Amino acid sequence: MRLLRYGYVAAPLIGAVWMPIVATTTAIAASFITGDAYRPALIPSLIWGALLGGVIAAINVTNVILVIMTVFLAAVTLSGFGPMVIGAGMSFPAVVSALVLATAVGWSQRKYVADLPWGGLTRHEFEEAVIRALVGAGYVFFTAIVLIPFYVMVMTSFKSQQALLANPLDFSLDLSRGLDLLSSYTELFGNFGFGGYLWVSFVVSVATVLVTLLFSIPGAYAVARLRFKGQAAFSRSILLIYMVPMIVLALPIYIAFSLTGLRNSIIGIVMIYPVTTIPVALYMLQGYFRGLPSEVEDAGLMDGLSRLAVIWKITLPLSLPALASVSLYVFMIAWNEFLLAFMLLDDPSKFTLTRGIASLNSSEIPRQHLMAGAVIATVPIMAIFLGLERFMTKGLTAGSVKG
Amino acid sequence: MTMSAQPPTDTGALAKREARLAWGMLLPTITAVSLVVALPLLAIFWISFKPVSLADLRAPEMVVRESLRLRNDTATLDYRVNNSSRDSIISGAAFTDTVPDSVSITGELPEFCRLDAQLLSCDFGDLSGGFRERYRIDVEVSGDPAAAKTAVEDSVPVIVGDADFVLTNLEFSLENFVRVFNASDFWEVLWATSFYTVFGTIGALVAGLFAAMLLDKSFRGQGLLRGLFLFPYVAPVIAVAFTWVTLLDPFSGSANALLVQMGVVDQPINFFGERPQALIMVTVFEIWRYFPLSFLFILARMQSIDSDMYEAADMDGASPFQKFWFLSLPQLLGILSVLFLLRFIWTFNKFDDIFLLTGGNAGTRTLTVSVYEQAFAVSNIGAGAAVAVVIFFCLLIFSWFFFRFISQEEGL
Repeated sequence: MRLLRYGYVAAPLIGAVWMPIVATTTAIAASFITGDAYRPALIPSLIWGALLGGVIAAINVTNVILVIMTVFLAAVTLSGFGPMVIGAGMSFPAVVSALVLATAVGWSQRKYVADLPWGGLTRHEFEEAVIRALVGAGYVFFTAIVLIPFYVMVMTSFKSQQALLANPLDFSLDLSRGLDLLSSYTELFGNFGFGGYLWVSFVVSVATVLVTLLFSIPGAYAVARLRFKGQAAFSRSILLIYMVPMIVLALPIYIAFSLTGLRNSIIGIVMIYPVTTIPVALYMLQGYFRGLPSEVEDAGLMDGLSRLAVIWKITLPLSLPALASVSLYVFMIAWNEFLLAFMLLDDPSKFTLTRGIASLNSSEIPRQHLMAGAVIATVPIMAIFLGLERFMTKGLTAGSVKG
Repeated sequence: MTMSAQPPTDTGALAKREARLAWGMLLPTITAVSLVVALPLLAIFWISFKPVSLADLRAPEMVVRESLRLRNDTATLDYRVNNSSRDSIISGAAFTDTVPDSVSITGELPEFCRLDAQLLSCDFGDLSGGFRERYRIDVEVSGDPAAAKTAVEDSVPVIVGDADFVLTNLEFSLENFVRVFNASDFWEVLWATSFYTVFGTIGALVAGLFAAMLLDKSFRGQGLLRGLFLFPYVAPVIAVAFTWVTLLDPFSGSANALLVQMGVVDQPINFFGERPQALIMVTVFEIWRYFPLSFLFILARMQSIDSDMYEAADMDGASPFQKFWFLSLPQLLGILSVLFLLRFIWTFNKFDDIFLLTGGNAGTRTLTVSVYEQAFAVSNIGAGAAVAVVIFFCLLIFSWFFFRFISQEEGL
């Protein structure tokens, strides 16, 4: 460890570790965007990375020097001896990707090691530099693993069957196809009835939210405010319900619904969904109700309002933000629910969106249709999530007690 | 003079009224939850002791269909009688049917049938399993044949008969449990479950911890990244699972194309179709999908740690790794242990993810997938319920831990 704590060891080492990461990332990104062959070259990237790290730590890198180094590295890459090998030869995307690689590496390396003294390092200086590099790698890694699946989902849905089979890596949009790009979507909405599924999912989710609130608000208020025997035990054990796996409950529910004819009906789904969300909604709401000042409610009681009137006129208006969080969270659960819909619905005219997508998963239906279905299910919930992130995140944090 | 300084011990009228109101407000929830959670759990125990298959779900009953057939001059009244169950006996099976006035019976009746004016009654005694027979009785039709036909079809036969319904009778057997424990893949299922649960939980926690450390400082775009990191958890599981399947497909998947092109592998890898990588991949998927959850919790906890402590540590010359190891980690231990227990139980309970990714093939069958597999793929509901009971007992053990440790931590 002691040996590492010299600028002339640490800087090239960080450079040598960092370069393959950037080269791999750029190669993957370039491959996914253009469909051409890009691949990182391990040995050259180690060498170039170490060189670059050493040079940046050794000399005072001004902006001009950085630009010169960047152009040089890009040129080396294009000539085939750089950290990334470009299979397609000289082309506009190749030049762009080489420049992106060189700029990213040069700029980030300067951030990591430029302040590093050339000689001996204190433990502090050394760890700071390592952490800067680790954090950089972390951003790249997490962003990549989150974005790649969604990118693939969206782009696949725009492809044609031949293009997909010809080169699975090519996600570039063939703009000359014009509106034909949306053919998977028109197919799904036109022939597979996804408009109907979207509507059913929406109705079921909204109904679930309403029923859940109707049940959980009085329950949460009782647990939070009223004194009764078993209050503490109740508020704790309500979450025990989430220890029971859904598949275990789904089996008897399937049997009961088969016997009573509720299977294959939206009513049945709307009856069963809220029960999976009521406990968590109750738990979230009672936490919020407890935080409200009880003096306001006591004043209302003094002035002659009944308990129910107090809840309606005082507590609920004060808890609007919590109600929004709970509603969004419950909406998300109901919208994303798959297992019960899959088991209980067989009739295509009553499918929810998730059940509709499950029916697309067969060898006869092309992949891009499946991905278009996935996009249709994902976009609304993402739009809600991004638009109301504050409420949603609060709901997620409070509600994450549910798997 | 003695005065008792004791506070009143009995509950006053007001307190009683409050308790009544509280229970009243909780009643809908309690009813709903016990209908959908408690009752099914009891049902699972009941069914697990019964040899019942998917086909037995309908109680066996005698089905009688009647029709009037007109051929040239002759007319027959047809009764098709069958037992809806293949192997249950229906005892005391009989039906009575009113023959419309426009139809008069001329032919011979089967020996177990009697005609009383226009009322036909047939007594079959015991109807064996899979019984299926057609009886033709010659009749004469007066008036409009079409009207007679509808009149015949409109008069519904009244059916009686008792059958032994497997779901409600009092016979029990341990057959299902024997089958479950003796199954050749039982230990493999347990192994897959443990691997998936342990590594999925730890992986999601560690990934969440790293992600939280990345975002535990304010910079431009922090909110954006935080939103982005939550994507896997917010998106519908079916959408992301199928995306992974598409991405990692051995024939047309981009990931394999990329790996081959980069020279990492020669042959495409069948990620979800072969042992042992299938089990590893479903675990990786689990980590990918649920790291946002631990990330969110850990980040919230990190941001509530007092920054004074770090300033003091800086003064004392602590290095960044020392600060993390000796200051942050002890502060996070509480939330990490809570998350570990919760995630452990939910990963253990997880069904959708594996079902969508591999369908439980290639050594990825966990206990929950096994419930589905037994009950619906093999159509043996009893065996499925037996697996569910096994799961339930595992959960009882977990919840003992849960109450033992969690209730002291973080007030959950």
